[in-house]
Amino acid sequence: MNLLNVTIDGIKVQVPEGTSVLDAAKLANVDIPTLCYLKDINEIGACRMCLVDVGGRALQAACVYPCSEGLKVITNSPKIRDIRKATLELILSHHDRSCLTCIRNQNCELQALADKLNVRDIPFDGAPKGLPIDNISKSIVRDNNKCVLCRRCTSICNNIQTVGAINVMERGYETVVSTTDHRSIADVNCVNCGQCINVCPVGAIYEKDNTQAVWDAIKDPDKYVVIQTAPSVRAGIGEEFGYPIGTPVTGKMVGAIKKMGFDKVFDTDTAADLTIMEEGTELLTRIKTGGKLPLITSCSPGWIKFCEHEFPEFLDNLSTCKSPQQMFGALIKSYYAEKNNIDPSKIFVVAVMPCTAKKFESDREEMFNDVDVSITSRELARMIREAGIDFRSVEEAQFDNPLGEATGAGVIFGATGGVMEAALRTVYYILEGKRINEEALMPIRGTEGIKEATLKVAGMDVNVCAASGLGNARKVLNMVKNGEKNYHFIEIMACPGGCVNGGGQPIVPASIRNKIDIRAERAKALYSEDKRATYRNSDENPFIQKFYKEYAGEPGSHKAHELLHTHYQKREKHLKNK
Amino acid sequence: MCQNCNLDENQKKLQEVFDKYKDTQGALIPVLHEAQEIYGYLPLSVQEAVADALEIPLSEVYGVVTFYTHFSLYPKGKYKIQICLGTACYVKGANNILEELKKQLGIDVGQSTKDGKFSLDACRCVGACGIAPVMMINDDVYGSLAVSDVADILKKY
Repeated sequence: MNLLNVTIDGIKVQVPEGTSVLDAAKLANVDIPTLCYLKDINEIGACRMCLVDVGGRALQAACVYPCSEGLKVITNSPKIRDIRKATLELILSHHDRSCLTCIRNQNCELQALADKLNVRDIPFDGAPKGLPIDNISKSIVRDNNKCVLCRRCTSICNNIQTVGAINVMERGYETVVSTTDHRSIADVNCVNCGQCINVCPVGAIYEKDNTQAVWDAIKDPDKYVVIQTAPSVRAGIGEEFGYPIGTPVTGKMVGAIKKMGFDKVFDTDTAADLTIMEEGTELLTRIKTGGKLPLITSCSPGWIKFCEHEFPEFLDNLSTCKSPQQMFGALIKSYYAEKNNIDPSKIFVVAVMPCTAKKFESDREEMFNDVDVSITSRELARMIREAGIDFRSVEEAQFDNPLGEATGAGVIFGATGGVMEAALRTVYYILEGKRINEEALMPIRGTEGIKEATLKVAGMDVNVCAASGLGNARKVLNMVKNGEKNYHFIEIMACPGGCVNGGGQPIVPASIRNKIDIRAERAKALYSEDKRATYRNSDENPFIQKFYKEYAGEPGSHKAHELLHTHYQKREKHLKNK
Repeated sequence: MCQNCNLDENQKKLQEVFDKYKDTQGALIPVLHEAQEIYGYLPLSVQEAVADALEIPLSEVYGVVTFYTHFSLYPKGKYKIQICLGTACYVKGANNILEELKKQLGIDVGQSTKDGKFSLDACRCVGACGIAPVMMINDDVYGSLAVSDVADILKKY
């Protein structure tokens, strides 16, 4: 590759052709402020914060200006500082500056930038936008009064997820990120994945906060309040308390939750093991009886809604298994209630999920009332802080039994390919009578968007695929539709990288996202837990074995179906109500 | 049986437009132009048809339709009034002309009168800054306007 010699603030660096000035500056350890820029997702030079002098007549946006041989760049001068500051002051002039009560208080890229550029006064008095807050959706709230029109959300929604629920509407001062016909996000084809939330630099999009409902339940002496935490929460929530990205904090998290007043603290991973037993059985049955293939996983509610809007012809391919969140709720309100003599109507199930779509899922009519409230990793972190618990000094604790004993297979659900791997570990064992060589599963690990493998099981070639990110899901489904691919089993996760990068996970500012792959780091935390686990296969989980023996009979039984399976519905492609 | 038999005239014409641009990159704007010529405006049902034909999200279509003042979400009047709010017209008091138009017609920007006679739109620069403030009614241009001219001009139609 051709290397170019460029000089950034007097520092000489060599960069490959096609490198932007912003990336070249990183090599020279020169920091250029950015606002709209988000690596691989939004590189459009919209906000003008990264303006630099490249020797031409006008300043150029470093994030989109390509390096050329001999280019000399000045990134910081009185003139550049003045222009950047004035631009930021204009952005701030009509921004709703209620920072103290903002959901992103102290985790706001605009706030940080205003501080960095030493803005101490906003000389332009812009008219307040006075736009309505859209809080009709079960999952997502939009407040355009905070929006800075950086377009990261529309970019991830359209280009990465290929959902296209939101876009930039109108023009000039009226420009706004909105939906078709300015409807509520609940009434369009939004799948609630929440990726827009994770990339928003400010507080313009956030999850529907359900923390008060949880506090109210805890306060109610008649309620038996049970909390379950999903695998990915332990891999992410540490970031809210200053731990490096990818630090597993299971013990601390459980210790903190135990101080909050819940009656029981359980692990969703146990329900993940149960999902594997049911889904593995479903796969075997479909293969044996000539049922609908490929079987496609149904754990990700963002993916489910996407399928319902965009690919209704694949609804029969979806596994009928409820997701671990819902299986857990169903289990607690039936088997667990019966065994412990608790009136199920008094049980209040809280789920902590890395996910905003889980809120919508728990509210689906098909799910009855298995789960009462689903909160995100971020909401749990807020509750821990609100409760005055010093997370870092909390003594580590263990999940309560019996729903606290999970296997490594349940833990890796949080990473793309994890559900597939967990299912194959058990399916292989059932068919071959021995454990699979883990090496055979390596092709479906890692953060790539589409991963494939062919496994020899019981003399049969089983073709599997794991896709994460809905744009990748679309690609895979189109290939299946066109007959280009012939899979038996597909895992689809709505969020790129899987649940570890879910829309409910701690928000990582662009300054860090631009440098490290948070998906890979958080996934490492899960695989390290898997490695350490006593049991690594769902079929070995002692609780699950007991559950089938005492209650449900066997995987796929009538009782299991009644409790643990569900169905789906075709939805309008564009708008809910014409 | 003919695939298009249960389509009305306009739908058939729209289908022809889709066929014409089937393999064209960046077809959205030309398709919207022709669709608006067929229907007179771009209701959501037409935008949905465009989104499906071009395999793009409806929100993208809506974004483009609301960006360009040429595209309309509402039926236009027989006489389309366009008042220029470009810089030159604006500083010459186009805003006051607009207010007078709204008062006389009883409608807001983007709307049509009940009898369908007039529709009112604001536009950006018609290229006649020398005679600002300017408005156009269909192809007629009225320049150097004063608020008091508005009623008389409307009477001509």
